[in-house]
Order: sequence, then structure tokens, then C-alpha cells
Amino acid sequence: MIYREAGQFKTSYRQDSAIFPILQDRIAIIFYLFVAFIVIPLFGSDFFLNSMMIPFLIFALAAIGLNVLTGYTGQISLGTGAFMGVGAYSCYKLTTFFPETNIVLLILLSGFFAAGIGMIFGLPSLRIKGFYLVVTTLAAQFFLEWAFIRVGWLYNYNDSGAIEVPQREAFGLIVTGPAATPSVRYLMVLSIVVLVTWVVSNLIHGRIGRSWMMIRDMDIAAELIGVRPLHAKLSAFAVSSYVAGVAGAMMVFFWLGAAEVESFDVNHSFLILFMVIIGGLGSLVGSFLGAAFIWMLPIVIRAVPRVLGLDINAATVEHLNFMILGALIIFFLIIEPHGLARLWSVVKQKLRVWPFPY
Amino acid sequence: MELLYNIFVDPFAQMVSTPDFLLQVLWEGFVTGTLYALIALGYVLIFKASGVFNFAQGIMVVFAALSLVGFYEAGVPAWLALLLALGIMAVLAVGTERLVLRHMVNQEEIILFMATIGLSYFLIGSGELIFGGETKSMITEELGLPTGSTVLDVAGGIVILQHIDIAAAVIAALMVAALAFFFSKTRIGRALRAVADDHQAALSVGISLNQIWAVVWFAAGIVALATGIMWGARSDVSFALQIVALKALPVLILGGFTSIPGAIIGGLIIGMGEKLFEVYWGGLMGGGVEGWFAYVIALIFLLFRPQGLFGEKIIERI
Repeated sequence: MIYREAGQFKTSYRQDSAIFPILQDRIAIIFYLFVAFIVIPLFGSDFFLNSMMIPFLIFALAAIGLNVLTGYTGQISLGTGAFMGVGAYSCYKLTTFFPETNIVLLILLSGFFAAGIGMIFGLPSLRIKGFYLVVTTLAAQFFLEWAFIRVGWLYNYNDSGAIEVPQREAFGLIVTGPAATPSVRYLMVLSIVVLVTWVVSNLIHGRIGRSWMMIRDMDIAAELIGVRPLHAKLSAFAVSSYVAGVAGAMMVFFWLGAAEVESFDVNHSFLILFMVIIGGLGSLVGSFLGAAFIWMLPIVIRAVPRVLGLDINAATVEHLNFMILGALIIFFLIIEPHGLARLWSVVKQKLRVWPFPY
Repeated sequence: MELLYNIFVDPFAQMVSTPDFLLQVLWEGFVTGTLYALIALGYVLIFKASGVFNFAQGIMVVFAALSLVGFYEAGVPAWLALLLALGIMAVLAVGTERLVLRHMVNQEEIILFMATIGLSYFLIGSGELIFGGETKSMITEELGLPTGSTVLDVAGGIVILQHIDIAAAVIAALMVAALAFFFSKTRIGRALRAVADDHQAALSVGISLNQIWAVVWFAAGIVALATGIMWGARSDVSFALQIVALKALPVLILGGFTSIPGAIIGGLIIGMGEKLFEVYWGGLMGGGVEGWFAYVIALIFLLFRPQGLFGEKIIERI
């Protein structure tokens, strides 16, 4: 109904394997980027940017990280929260040591520390999988949480045990700390998210990504035709933890401003796993849809009683929130186990062939 | 050298010089282990019968305990509150089967696992909505459970045994015996094992999958209620228990996902192991190691015996 791809012929393999092979899709993505980069910072209120868009983008990035591991490589992980923590703490230490260096560079660097830790805890995945791997990633989660409390060096031995983000400038703007405006922080987050997503998308469509998917679909068969499980699994853990680490560093530096261990606890790991599953395993669009769904829905639910003029206290709304979220997760799993991304593509397909579906 | 001494010599010297303290630590670990084992038992029951890894088991424990205390606080006598709490678990079991499991037959395990996480969110929300978010104390005395403690003179010192802990161990043992009897001697129990073995074959000889699932979820609910009472008697009833319930995972790794004796022995090993480690070695690392030690044991164990102590070895084919 909206568009047809009739008449668009591909004359080379390069065109055929492009990420957006259809002209209208390319126009659409440019339009989305235009809205995200120009319209939203111009017209969005501080509240909208601060408590909706920035966390949405950060969680979407973390979900992409987990999706690389769970969706594309088939290794379930409950350690995402802790890997985000590694990114945040290492970025904090880096900026303590090198206060003059551009903070964006440090955030991108801190992901490598998370990648290293992720690879260490990914080693057991060579022998085990499924729920057994859940336990090893939980070991990572609880061990790292413990380390974030007990190792005082990580938070510069300050009394609160929390890391407080210092003010840093980059590109001539104040980008972190209380003085940074929401729109600047939003643009920083958006740029990093777009950059990392672009890199991950290319990895997934390339040789490495195909080896991940082969391991996911059948590891023994993949090994027989020459994919090395060691390389594939560990690279998936590394990329996944890198992305999670960058997301964690951004979460503290561009959103929260200060963070304790609670920001990286096991509940966050669950939250991100929800985003991945609701959004769709093995889909980058799904990561964004899942993050939007899980993050925006509670905000909407909280706003409903106010809009209707009902007088319900905050705690009750919070409990209702949990119930509705739980029920919706089950509902979505029943109607579409492959997540919002599948739902989205089904709708697109239906619109494409409408009104003559056969 | 001093570090090596602190790791390899000093703890054992302490153990030998104060055996009464060692016994006390072991006993504490034993009791914690029983509770881990009880939680793990609930997981094993459901995993055996339906292949679902029921994440909500920890929440079911809290929910059962909360509804028991909630009914009592509403003025219902203790024995009736117990029955009503059992009734709630039955309703929950049938409801889960009707509204969730029935629609998800033949889905991948991760999808079912996610559904139980959704279920646990729903239970957290509704539990807090109905019973309030604050911690409650368990009605130990009203249920007729012993509360005092016995001081034993052994090994040149004293060991204190809380009566409630002894009761917990006894009840756990009874429950395991009852479940073993239920599984091997009753009609429904045999049907349950048949379902665990092969869904299709069970269906073809006329066993109703839906009925079996409701039964097994109810059995897990009973185990959850018992666990909730025991746990609540030691500490208070609160939603913090859901993180503790995750400890059942390393227990299951040790014991094997499908083995009831494995769950018990795994629970005891983890409970005693982490207490010993915390008391004798934890100080070297700044304390608080209980939070992750169990997972690390499981991690090491996995490298050598992935199927667990009593688990079935799965041979994979292409």
C-alpha cells in the first residue's frame, strides 16, 4: 500500500547484499535519522529527552549487545548488567587518569575492558550451553557486583561508594556532569548509538556474523564445515560485552550522573533480556523496539491515572506496572514468540501486498 | 608466604583447634542448604514434568508465605490460613496451566523460560498490591512449630541448635520421602514420569498433559509453601528472597536438572560449602563472598561434570 519495490533491479552482488536493498527503506532510514538528530533535539522538552529518549537509546544499545550474544550466537546471558558496570567503572577510572582526553573516546575505549572481562567469563561457553551458561553468566554478575563494592580503587575510595561523574568537555561543549544540557547529552548518546549500531550491523552481515549464526543454529554442524567455535563464541562474547560496556559507560556519564552497584544489578540484566526477547531475538530493529516497549510502557502507565484524573497513589501504580508488564510479556510470547520485530515485518509484508494478498 | 599460610594452613588450624565452632558453622550451612534444596526441589519437579525451567519458583515461595501471613493477619485461624494458602497455590497452578502453558505447547525452551519470568513479574506486582511491599514476620508459633533452641556440649565446646532448623530439616526429609512415594507408587505419579519421559508417547496412552501440568505446578506450589514457612521462620518474608532463590541454579547444576536426590545433595553441598568458605576464607577477600561463591563452585563443577552429580548424560546428535 505504502510502497512497492517493483522495478528495482540489482545488477551486482554488492547491491543485492546491501543492508537496505530497497530505495524506499533507504529514504525511510534517512528520514528517521533526520527526525532523531534534528527534530527531537529542537522540539523535545528536557523531560522527554532526559527520561525517555536518552535511557531508551542507552538500553537499546545494551539490548543490541545482548542480542549479538543471545539472538545471533544463541548463548543466553544474565550478566549484561555487570558488563555494563565494567564499562562504567573503567570509563570512570580512565577519566580520572586522563582528565584531558576526549570523554567520547574514553567511553569507546572503556568498552574494551568490558570485552576482556566478557571473554574471560565466556570461556565456559566452549563446553556448555543453555541454562548451564545462564549460571556461569550469573557467576559473572554476582562476582562483579561484589567486586564493585569491595574494591575501593574502582570508585577512588570515596565514602559514598558511588562513582560521581566529573564535568568534562568535548568538541568545545560541556558534555558530562550537571552543567551539560539534555540536548547535548542526547546528541552525544545518539551519535555513539548510531555509530556502534552501524559497526555491529556490518559485523553481523559479514563473515563473523555468519559464523555466529551458524554456531547458533547448530554448533556441531558449524564446526564440521570449518567454523571454529572458540573464535566464534569468544568473539561474540567480546563484541557483546564491548557494546554493553559502552552502553554502561554512557548510562552513567550521559544519563545518571552518578551510579552505585544497584545500577548494574541482576534486575538490569533481566530488563535487557526482556527487551531482547520482546523485541525479537536476532534482530537489530527488534532491540530498538524492545527497548522502546519496555522503557516507555511504564512511563505511559504511570501517566494514565493522571490523565484520567484518578487519584491512585504512586506505590499502587508501580505494582500495577509490574503486573501489566508481566502479563504483556506473556501475552506477546503467546501471540508472537519471535517478538515485535517479526510483528513489524508481518505488518510491512501485509501492507506491501495489500489489497491483493495472493 | 603469609598469603599462602592464610589460605592453606591457617583456616584448617582454626578448624582443628575449635571443633565446636566448626560444627556450628557446618550446622548453619546444613540448614541453609536444606532451604536451597527445597527451592531447587520446586524447580526440579516442574522441569522433570514439563521441561520448563520455572523462574517463578522463587516468587511462588514468597507469594505462598505472604498469602499465609496475609490470611492470618486478616483474622483467620492459623490452620485455616494454611489451607487457604494451599488453595491459592492450587488456583495459581490451574491458572498458569490454563492461561500460559496451554498456549505455549511446542515452543522453544527459552520462550517458556521467558514466560515464567513474565509470570514472576506478574506475581511480584500482584503480591505487593494485595499484601503490601513491607516485610512481614512468619507466624511460626501459631502454626505449632517449635521455636526454642538446644545447647549441645560437644568437642569441648557448645553447639547451638535452633529447634526451627531441626524442624525444617525434618520437614524437608518428609517432603522428599512423600514426593518419592508419590512419584513411584501412585497413578498420577507414574503418569507424571511418563510425561517427563516423552510427551507424545504419554499423550498416546491417554494421559492428559494439561491435567498433569496443573498437578505438577500444584506440587511445586506445596513445596513453595513449605519453603516459604521455613525461610520466613529464619528471616522475614520479603521479596528479597527472589535473589536468594537464584542460588537454586548452582544447586541444580551440581545435582543435575532432573534428579530429586541431586537437588537435595547439591543444596547441602552448596549451603555448607559457602558457609565454610565465608567463615574461614572470606575474611581474606573482604567478606561478603557468600553472594557469588555458589556460582563459582557451579562454574568449576561444570567444567568437569556438565551433567551434574545425578543428571542424565545427554548424547547430542546432529
